[in-house]
Amino acid sequence: MAGNTATYLIQGAAILGGDPADLLVRDGIIAEIGHGLSADGATVIDAAGLVALPGMVDVHTHLREPGREDAETVETGTRAAALGGYTAVHAMANSTPVADTAGVVEQVYTLGQAAGWVDVRPVGAVTVGLAGEQLAELGAMADSRARVRMFSDDGICVHDPVLMRRALEYVKAFDGVVAQHAQEPRLTAGAQMNEGDVSAVLGLTGWPAVAEESIIARDVLLAQHVGSRLHVCHVSTAGSVEIIRWAKERGIDVTAEVTPHHLLLTDDLVRSYDPVFKVNPPLRTDADVQALRAGLADRTIDVVGTDHAPHPSEHKECEWAQAAMGMTGLETALSVVQHAMIETGLMTWADFARVTSTAAAKIGRLADQGRPLEAGEPANFILVDPAARWTVDPFKMATMGRNSPFKGRELPGKVVATFFRGHATVLDGALNTPHPDAAATPAGAA
Amino acid sequence: MKHLLSTGDLSLSNAIRILDTAEEMSAVGEREVKKLPALRGRTVVNLFFEDSTRTRISFEAAAKRLSADVINFAAKGSSVSKGESLKDTAQTLSAMGADAVVIRHWASGAPHRLAATDWIDAAIINAGDGTHEHPTQALLDAFTMRRHWARLAGTDSQGTDLKGMRVAIAGDVLHSRVARSNVWLLRTLGAEVTLVAPPTLLPVGVDKWPCSVSYDLDQTLANGVDSVMMLRVQGERMNASFFPSTREYSRRWGFDNNRLRALDDLGMTDTIIMHPGPMNRGLEISAAAADSPRSTVLAQVRNGVSVRMAALYLLLSGDTREPAATRAPANAAAPSTKESN
Repeated sequence: MAGNTATYLIQGAAILGGDPADLLVRDGIIAEIGHGLSADGATVIDAAGLVALPGMVDVHTHLREPGREDAETVETGTRAAALGGYTAVHAMANSTPVADTAGVVEQVYTLGQAAGWVDVRPVGAVTVGLAGEQLAELGAMADSRARVRMFSDDGICVHDPVLMRRALEYVKAFDGVVAQHAQEPRLTAGAQMNEGDVSAVLGLTGWPAVAEESIIARDVLLAQHVGSRLHVCHVSTAGSVEIIRWAKERGIDVTAEVTPHHLLLTDDLVRSYDPVFKVNPPLRTDADVQALRAGLADRTIDVVGTDHAPHPSEHKECEWAQAAMGMTGLETALSVVQHAMIETGLMTWADFARVTSTAAAKIGRLADQGRPLEAGEPANFILVDPAARWTVDPFKMATMGRNSPFKGRELPGKVVATFFRGHATVLDGALNTPHPDAAATPAGAA
Repeated sequence: MKHLLSTGDLSLSNAIRILDTAEEMSAVGEREVKKLPALRGRTVVNLFFEDSTRTRISFEAAAKRLSADVINFAAKGSSVSKGESLKDTAQTLSAMGADAVVIRHWASGAPHRLAATDWIDAAIINAGDGTHEHPTQALLDAFTMRRHWARLAGTDSQGTDLKGMRVAIAGDVLHSRVARSNVWLLRTLGAEVTLVAPPTLLPVGVDKWPCSVSYDLDQTLANGVDSVMMLRVQGERMNASFFPSTREYSRRWGFDNNRLRALDDLGMTDTIIMHPGPMNRGLEISAAAADSPRSTVLAQVRNGVSVRMAALYLLLSGDTREPAATRAPANAAAPSTKESN
């Protein structure tokens, strides 16, 4: 299937930040790994000083298509993903129409194939129209060409406990997982920011930590009761980390994700009233940031998910209360995680590979992603320059969204190359070409 | 000072300068010809996204007494759902040559957005934003309290502060922009503030504010108080379970006739009763209290014009003698509007 990719010899890349080795990429796989490999017929890439990591897998991406093509398309979103070091993304279900049928998930899946920048794995909605009233046809989405395994009403909490229980039970039939957006709706009516010292001063309606923690506590107990698999989206509070740690100690099958922005930014930034810092769940306190970092380091939190949420400028250039929630993240995730986790000594590059790739692929049941960098494995990997420093400029990004909360910050680390099924989608830090197989894929709805 | 967005970033010297200027403006209001030529040829826009006739006409009277041209722009309703965005409105006013924009908005932080963006270059005055701040209300309250405090001390109010004055602010602090602006400003001026409210109507995080908090109005009065400021409470809050009923609210937290008598019984002959208006008579304040000689409600309205004249004059006259950097340390908990991303 990947027979028409070029042959590359990557020389002297530090494998997971460890010892340097050469990688020979041919026919979509890592053909050989070793020292002094022959460059015969191969394009040679000097990777001295670069770290080789498995291609990143995002469990939480909003590609906005179908419906909000003014915010992002599968094409632009997956270009951003490739530039950010991703070889697979999970496209969230809150499109228009909602991805709650086999037809819509197959459409998104097909658009992803036609784009050819990364694997696009659609997430199916748990309930029809995200309305929280009736289960969507989860089985049909699982059986579709999109092979959906992750289901989520992300953006909205499946707050009805009976419906959540049924969803958890039902997805066991096809090894699915329910990814919960944990937000008790009554406790967060009209919520604008984290409830605490800053909201008190700013006069913005608070989003209390307990609204997240109470749902997570309920859901881990439900998952235990019915013996199913639960994934918790964008964990944002210290209390949530403690509850998940407790659940894992009890052997409950729960995984959890944290966003890059919750690993770095705090609600202090809201004092500017700049809606670029408005996101759901909201930015929390420094104590929460430290707890999230510790939780990611000790494996209580399994993965980093970007919650990449592009918005057109008019949805951010307005009053705080009017602004849309969400931040872009695909093109800054690696740098933010390097800054928050690696340069603080909390994690190694091998840990980075686990939280951005291996564990994420396992949650989404992606067989070809998050694999070890070994001979015979699919050639999904990236080369990173950890010594690079760059200043974030949202107008230089591939995503259509200009709503990066990291605007103007200097961050470490740069994705130099992204290999997706043996093809370089990114070379020299710039977009190259989509995977050649994409050209053979008919675009449009399935 | 370029803008007046929050009392939290007003230094003691700037606060006193506004109050002193307001005293001078007040003298103008007592003349037969109540007009100064100071802002002739300057344009002040009253941009109101929320109904507030009292605040709007107060600003209008202030601007007109300074000879400014006044444009009233009532943009009530949601800017997104009803068409024009705040950005477009601001750019329109900028194109029309507005020198100052007095903005009232239901969304907390809207004045900060105008000041922080390049949408408009005018001086921005916050005339009340959501549940955030209402700085000119706090300044007129402080002006009223300062006159009272100086009179008790037998001095002229010019140049004085509120050191040692005990102020109780009672009512719906959670939703009150008046309370927030007053807490920061009164602290800067040296007053000792106690907030009195049901726990449901105090924000989480109030413990970090530079003031005391009490759930007991009677105890607060008994401890001695020089000024009691009653905040407006909306009866609809009852439906969201902030309190069980308006009657229970009134009994526990309202300034009723019993508490009016208690001031006399406690010998606090000089304690004043304040209210930013509009009042809910019989809910947070009894008619007898509102109409008593202790009440400063009408003086507050009168002083509002003087204080707003002072604010407009100081912002538009380009007077930058004192940098706002000389902030009082007591303001540590208040927000900085200088911060950017």
